[in-house]
Amino acid sequence: MAVKIARGALTYALTLLGLLLMTFVLGRVMPVDPVSAVVGWEADRETYERLYREMGLDQPIFVQFWRYLTSLASGNFGTALRTSRPVLQDIANVFPATLELATVSLIFGAGVGVPLGMYAAARRGSMLDTIARFVTLAGYSIPNFWLALMGLLVFYGWLGWAGGSGRVAIYFEGIVPARTGFILLDAALAGDWEVFRSGLQHLMLPAAVLGYASMAYITRMTRSFMLAQLSQEYIITARVKGLSETEIIWRHAFPNILVQLVTILALVYGGAVEGSVLVETVFAWPGFGQYLTNSLLMGDLNASMTCVLLIGFVFVTLNLISDLLYRVVDPRTRS
Amino acid sequence: MSVQSAPPAQNESWLYRKATSNWQARLQSLYFGWLTFATNPLALTGLLIILALLFVAAFAPLIATHDPIAQDLTRTLLPPGPEHWFGTDQVGRDVYSRVVYGSRITLYVVFLVTVIVTPIGLAVGTIAGYFGGWADTVLMRVTDIFLAFPSLILALAFVAVLGPSLENAIIAMTLTAWPAIARLARAETMTIRNSDYIAAVELQGASRLRVIIRHVVPMCMSSVIVRATLNMAAIILTAAGLGFLGLGAQQPSPEWGAMTSSGRTYLLNAWWLVTMPGLAIATVGLGFNLLGDGLRDVLDPRS
Amino acid sequence: MSSTPAADFLPQTGQALLRVQDLRVAFGAQRGIVQAVRGVTFDVGREKVAIVGESGSGKSTVGRAILKLLPNYARIEAENIRLGDVDLLNADEKAMRQIRGRQISMIMQDPKYSLNPVVSVGRQIAEAYRVHHPVSARLARQRALEMLDAVRIRNAKAVYDLYPHQISGGMGQRIMIAMMLAPKPRLIIADEPTSALDVTVRLQVLAILDDLVKEQGIGLIFVTHDLNLVRSFCDRVLIMYAGRIVEEIAARDLDAARHPYTRGLLSSLPRIDQPRERLTVLQRDPTWLDAVAP
Repeated sequence: MAVKIARGALTYALTLLGLLLMTFVLGRVMPVDPVSAVVGWEADRETYERLYREMGLDQPIFVQFWRYLTSLASGNFGTALRTSRPVLQDIANVFPATLELATVSLIFGAGVGVPLGMYAAARRGSMLDTIARFVTLAGYSIPNFWLALMGLLVFYGWLGWAGGSGRVAIYFEGIVPARTGFILLDAALAGDWEVFRSGLQHLMLPAAVLGYASMAYITRMTRSFMLAQLSQEYIITARVKGLSETEIIWRHAFPNILVQLVTILALVYGGAVEGSVLVETVFAWPGFGQYLTNSLLMGDLNASMTCVLLIGFVFVTLNLISDLLYRVVDPRTRS
Repeated sequence: MSVQSAPPAQNESWLYRKATSNWQARLQSLYFGWLTFATNPLALTGLLIILALLFVAAFAPLIATHDPIAQDLTRTLLPPGPEHWFGTDQVGRDVYSRVVYGSRITLYVVFLVTVIVTPIGLAVGTIAGYFGGWADTVLMRVTDIFLAFPSLILALAFVAVLGPSLENAIIAMTLTAWPAIARLARAETMTIRNSDYIAAVELQGASRLRVIIRHVVPMCMSSVIVRATLNMAAIILTAAGLGFLGLGAQQPSPEWGAMTSSGRTYLLNAWWLVTMPGLAIATVGLGFNLLGDGLRDVLDPRS
Repeated sequence: MSSTPAADFLPQTGQALLRVQDLRVAFGAQRGIVQAVRGVTFDVGREKVAIVGESGSGKSTVGRAILKLLPNYARIEAENIRLGDVDLLNADEKAMRQIRGRQISMIMQDPKYSLNPVVSVGRQIAEAYRVHHPVSARLARQRALEMLDAVRIRNAKAVYDLYPHQISGGMGQRIMIAMMLAPKPRLIIADEPTSALDVTVRLQVLAILDDLVKEQGIGLIFVTHDLNLVRSFCDRVLIMYAGRIVEEIAARDLDAARHPYTRGLLSSLPRIDQPRERLTVLQRDPTWLDAVAP
């Protein structure tokens, strides 16, 4: 048992190290001169060379990597080019917006996806099953940025139900003190229900678009988990006892797939971050996805590599948590 | 013992008779596979869509009504009508013709990425699975690191590093797509690694390379084919996403994602600029998904 | 375990508990229709009736058809299936749910698979009771503990909270019996209940089942492939072959069986009191496919 934990920890550490190496290499290969990025193009030779040595760019590559590692360990992720603030601070500012979006989208995705998948499996070949398959298929085929634009066109442009870009209407921006970074919470805490309403209106569409992709995945996985359960003997036992379809699905089959569901939800959460890259661009949502995209497009070395590193780290950790959850919660692996 | 009430087929054709040669057996399984595939209407729809894509790409000059890059500033932002079936964009280019020519770019991307990724993934996966030990650990660590990133973000990073162009986008997507195939090939290899027939071939003195190429790889092919086909849909979406961000084919190239992006400014006034290329992306993506699902039912029914 | 003529167990009205007439079950498969059961007729009173057959004879299908547990692509036809005066053949799903558990129960083969792995065994027994008797959770738990006692499980309170993977096969089957008897059914179908158990445990489990069934006057259909087992345990034996009943005989008269298939089965069984140089191998006669029990 201890050996397994040790091996798992080693794998995790090695993967993280590989991640660091990859981002380091990417950063060095970027066609941006890190020195000029700091001092500008007009700096004289002396300043340039001084900074060059200060930044350690004259050292062999291994030393540079070591310096990279140590500075990361001390929490120094560099300064963003655009904002001249430490990258970590920038990320801390934008992350809550993405987190809020991802969470609501997950609620939507799971809230619709899980029951849909379960009933699609229970009533194989029925209309519900066909709908579920269609939903899944569409989710894997429709590009999310296009769905976002179509959503804006129909629900904002034509129907006026949803808000436009941004997290709240322009005239509400900055009105509510940002205590948690989550517009809905902050507005509720401040008791400002107009801002709350505006925030909700602006959140609905991007969350639905982002949630749609996760809904497709969740529906497919839930259906597949349920099908595997429904062919088991204990389901027949439940039928023999005289239980109804609803009771069998929710009281017997569902607890058996719960663990699997939770593990994929962790992965779905990570997938929402990936989706947010494009969706946030469409909605001008000031979140992590937009920050990452802009940093990459502008060649902001520190910011973009830190973002990439962070995402890799989050994913690897989410995968690890998924694995652990699976082992811990399943009663069969207890004892 | 149960009794069949339907008598077996009395067909004496060459396809139903017991196979006496390798290629006869192969053709027979191909034929029966096709029969299974053809009874699935969704799979057939997918196949039709892809065939249509190939057709449109091949005969684009004949199918398009206008020159895709010819501008006409007197006819900007026209809605769909009899002369411009999908309307015109902000510099007067015919949207329909651009979408038609864009199919070539889509096909180019999908084809190149798949053709590069599949052999690499197969090679890495089978070697890791067959040799085990150090090779396996090292190769899998590398694969895991690539898999640690969501593919779009990794592709973004690579393209940002390499510079925005179609070729660089293809390279970036290749780098993000191979790990999935490698993992799959490795899993398949490991299931058959210890079978008796592999041992038999090894005992006969076959070199390791021969064992891998002639015995291990064919066993992986079914699931790899299915996966590769389904991947094509994902590649299209990623490519469109990169194009949307301006990191793929550059103007005035009629790449569907880039078209969506430039049409974005005129979303509320000229909805056709965004809707048409997006529909094309969705349709082709749907086609590959349906085709992949259909192939899975035929080749890999247990999954 | 003495055997008594069937007539002694029939209720006063002379009507059998379960009556099955000309049951036919067909499965629609991809390459044609498969007839699993081809016209089976029998009655069951308050007695232990065995249905014996090899794999594919249709014996399990008969039990499942009675409870309508077969998949959608199975077609069940019969002239009559009734339990007392309840018509089972034409009962819809809602009616069947009232019948399952309360009127007819089924004991499954392997407790490793037939019990829900993430619910404690005690709660599964309590649920079986609660479905048909709406009582509080506490009363249901009490009933479950009573049942655990009835199947001679010693530390009932402790066992109540165990999970299926923590108990042995023999205990699992006793729990299955407890679960299926909890709602007090009139008839039980036991589908190969001892086939997954160690030989030493089999007789214990059967003894418990026998006592409970006799005590409560429950009819039992015992589906199995083991002829030796039914010889001592059951009152009557129905031999099935290729979807039909080829012989119907009282258990104590088994040695005097007349159908060649039954005789073939009997002579291929090893007997410690009749050692032989060679066991005979059953020779199948194609005419058996059409033969029906007299």
